[in-house]
Amino acid sequence: MSTKLTILAELRKVADEQAKSLAPLSDDLVLLDSGLDSLCFAVLVARLEDRLGVDPFTASDDVAFPVTLGDFVKVYEHAAR
Amino acid sequence: MPPGDVGSLRDCLGDTADRSTRHLHGIDASVALSDLARGTSLGGRLPELRDRSVLIATGDQLTTALALIELDGVARRLILCPPDVAPEHLPSVIADAGVDALVSATVDQSRVTGVALAVTCGPVLAPRTQDRGAPRQTEWVMFTSGTTGAPKMVQHSLAGLTAAIKRNASQDGPVVWGTFYDIRRYGGLQIFFRALLDGGSLILSSPKEPIGNHLVRLGAHGATHVSGTPSHWRRALMSPSVQAMSPRYVRLSGEIADQAILDHLRACYPRARVGHAYASTEAGVGFEVDDGLAGFPAGMIGRLPSGVEMKVEDGTLRIRSNRTAVRYVGDGAALADDDGFVDTGDIVERRGDRYFFVGRSNGVINVGGLKVHPEEVEAVINGHPDVRMSLVRPRKSPITGSLVVADVVLRGEAADARLAQLQGEILRRCREALTQHKVPTAIRFVPALAVAATGKLARHHA
Repeated sequence: MSTKLTILAELRKVADEQAKSLAPLSDDLVLLDSGLDSLCFAVLVARLEDRLGVDPFTASDDVAFPVTLGDFVKVYEHAAR
Repeated sequence: MPPGDVGSLRDCLGDTADRSTRHLHGIDASVALSDLARGTSLGGRLPELRDRSVLIATGDQLTTALALIELDGVARRLILCPPDVAPEHLPSVIADAGVDALVSATVDQSRVTGVALAVTCGPVLAPRTQDRGAPRQTEWVMFTSGTTGAPKMVQHSLAGLTAAIKRNASQDGPVVWGTFYDIRRYGGLQIFFRALLDGGSLILSSPKEPIGNHLVRLGAHGATHVSGTPSHWRRALMSPSVQAMSPRYVRLSGEIADQAILDHLRACYPRARVGHAYASTEAGVGFEVDDGLAGFPAGMIGRLPSGVEMKVEDGTLRIRSNRTAVRYVGDGAALADDDGFVDTGDIVERRGDRYFFVGRSNGVINVGGLKVHPEEVEAVINGHPDVRMSLVRPRKSPITGSLVVADVVLRGEAADARLAQLQGEILRRCREALTQHKVPTAIRFVPALAVAATGKLARHHA
């Protein structure tokens, strides 16, 4: 599964577990408008670390904080390279 | 008045330059400090509150701020009620703090609390006609964070609360403070005092305001100094509106500031000085770190030029200074040891020439500013018939600082298929019994909870 598909699958799973209704997912969706709160993102980043073996936000200090879903995916794609 | 005393809050306003340009900005209303100097938010009932023990429970922060400015130096005691105190705890608060007057947004609240004298406070000022009378010392009572059950209160003096604030007017123009905190908590109250004593203005937060709007409002009012927890700041950095403001000073406190968040903020606001401060409701403001690095220099242990003394004992940071609280209100527990040192409960670890904060000695986990007592979560997990024991511990998170995870020992062997089922059952149990941030984000089955496996930070032997 591609990094992006893994992220989207985990994101939907977290939203489901935390009983959040998700906005339609697109690259320019602002994360804070996605329906997920900080806790959901924290859980998502932890799950992705377990799945992908990387937490780009901790591993590298020069990663910019993602604003959109597209930014978020790019951070992981970049880290996987 | 003892040396170093600041008098009353209103005197501080009088000391500073032009008041007409200074404001308290709430989400719905703004009040000019010059208007407050001549007016009252208490509808002419200030004299009735003289020498009383006054519970401030106004709902919003702007009216709290107005009441505090008016009542300091008039009331015997001010009790700052945070918005999240459960109504069932108010009777013990009222009894323990000897409350005999209430300041609230609506009179109805007096019926709930049973306090005889109730005064309403609002952001529309009336001309003040009565004299304030001779100023007196007012005790400030705050709620500590991180407790379960009945809230714990500590008593401070205005002198102690403001001792860390240097009152030299800014060289770079007017100071406009903004904070993501609520001013009824220690971190926010510090910023309220800073704004008043720096000769500046203050932009207050509101729980009903989305972060993006808040950032835009901070920018619109020209915020120059902005404070919040690392979790507050991480949220701000995820907002498209993060550049709506351009502060000169970015301040973090209340949680461990890691290197990543400090670096992110420096990159986001290249013009700003980024610093982190250490304070607690009991120990007061300990110190500020302005070198852009996480942790604090080991050389700070000992006596600082500010007069604050720090030592590390049994792994936790201890502080003695004139900024610590006076006492706990309502219970006999000692706040400080015989030498006057307050145990902050924060475990520090020395690496090279710096100390780093690594957790709490009581095992409390901080999830984005919300406290989790591991024992509470473990009790829920252990209620499952197949569970022998469990250990709830933090997992580091770059978003919320920490997350909750659980190591679980089962009563007997279980096949893999059954393990997946058990995981689901335990999580369901937790979701039913606990608020969202307390639910473990991962359940790991372990054969035993050996001491070595719990690691250095495990509360059982911390």
